Amino acid sequence: MLTTRDMVHIALFAAIMAALGLMPPIPVGFIPVPITAQSMGVMLAGSILGARRGGFAILLFLALVAVGLPLLSGGRGGLGVFFGPTAGFLLSWPVGAFVVGWLTERFRSRLTFARLLIACAVGGIFVVYAIGIVGVSLVAGLPLFQAAAGSMAFIPGDLVKAVVAAFVAHTVNRSYPVIRG
Amino acid sequence: MLGLYIRRESPIHALAPGAKMLALMLAAVGLIQVTDPRILAIVQAAALGLFALARLPPREVAAQLRPVLLLGLFFFAVHALLVDWGSGLVTVLRFTVLVSLAVLITLTTRVSDMVEALEGGLRPLRRVGVNPAKVGLMISLAIRFVPLLIDLVREIQAAQRSRGLERSVTAVAVPLIVKTLRMASVLTDAIEARGYDPD
Repeated sequence: MLTTRDMVHIALFAAIMAALGLMPPIPVGFIPVPITAQSMGVMLAGSILGARRGGFAILLFLALVAVGLPLLSGGRGGLGVFFGPTAGFLLSWPVGAFVVGWLTERFRSRLTFARLLIACAVGGIFVVYAIGIVGVSLVAGLPLFQAAAGSMAFIPGDLVKAVVAAFVAHTVNRSYPVIRG
Repeated sequence: MLGLYIRRESPIHALAPGAKMLALMLAAVGLIQVTDPRILAIVQAAALGLFALARLPPREVAAQLRPVLLLGLFFFAVHALLVDWGSGLVTVLRFTVLVSLAVLITLTTRVSDMVEALEGGLRPLRRVGVNPAKVGLMISLAIRFVPLLIDLVREIQAAQRSRGLERSVTAVAVPLIVKTLRMASVLTDAIEARGYDPD
């Protein structure tokens, strides 16, 4: 069951995701998909709120986008984003946040920067790409290997985001821990 | 908080959100079976016709469709190089048609009506423990707090600028999150003090 506190955390973190959309997106050369701070928000949701609340926060954020609010980075939003070739990446976000949170909860007795980095990389990069690449392959009709190869352009940016997210989560968890034993 | 909705008097605006969503789902299921690019091209033309029927300003529609058209061109090129251009045309047309229909729904349906439809759609999930009243509260809380947190980001960015840190993501994210978590705790107390009970 979700307590009132859980619901407020979920709602406010969904709003944080929207605020992260304000950070200007970085274009990646020839691929018409930018690097955004919002995929870092996925890592932060899990590593700060834990598996269940983190996953629900991102799911709620996607619901806000789906009902027609332009909250994705660059002012994108609406139902359309869920039917394009990169929809798999969006749909992977709640799962990614859940996995980041699950690992963070496993590590919570000694929450070091290195362990948070592992959680962010596994949930926020590995899980997200695994689902996202299958999505690109299905929607765009490309062989899995080619879809994966094309997605590699975003890995360096996401590694940087995992380091930043782990650092932020480490700092926040020391001053204001939400995940408790 | 403004959505992407564009207000007009049209038969498409007047349709129930649930009916539009159902039509989109049926279109998605139906179009997977279609392998003839000519049929898909006709459906795409019909979708553009619906934008006209909805009396939406072409400029706004173009702004919404531009990203998917760019992605479509990109994936068509990749597909033509790696697989073959014929099947590339079919897959790319298929998703541009679906995105067009989805954009049509977003532009012609109020956010509040979509939220209501979403809550209605969740009602059958009550059996598996989903409480639509709780989902409703979280949606309205989040919508209420988006502009507040956007202001908070601008405020923190302004404060960090004076320290020369406005480009540092951590210098913005840490105070943003800590302040929000504090806000969450005050808000929880306020909601509970009013005897909120969704069960």
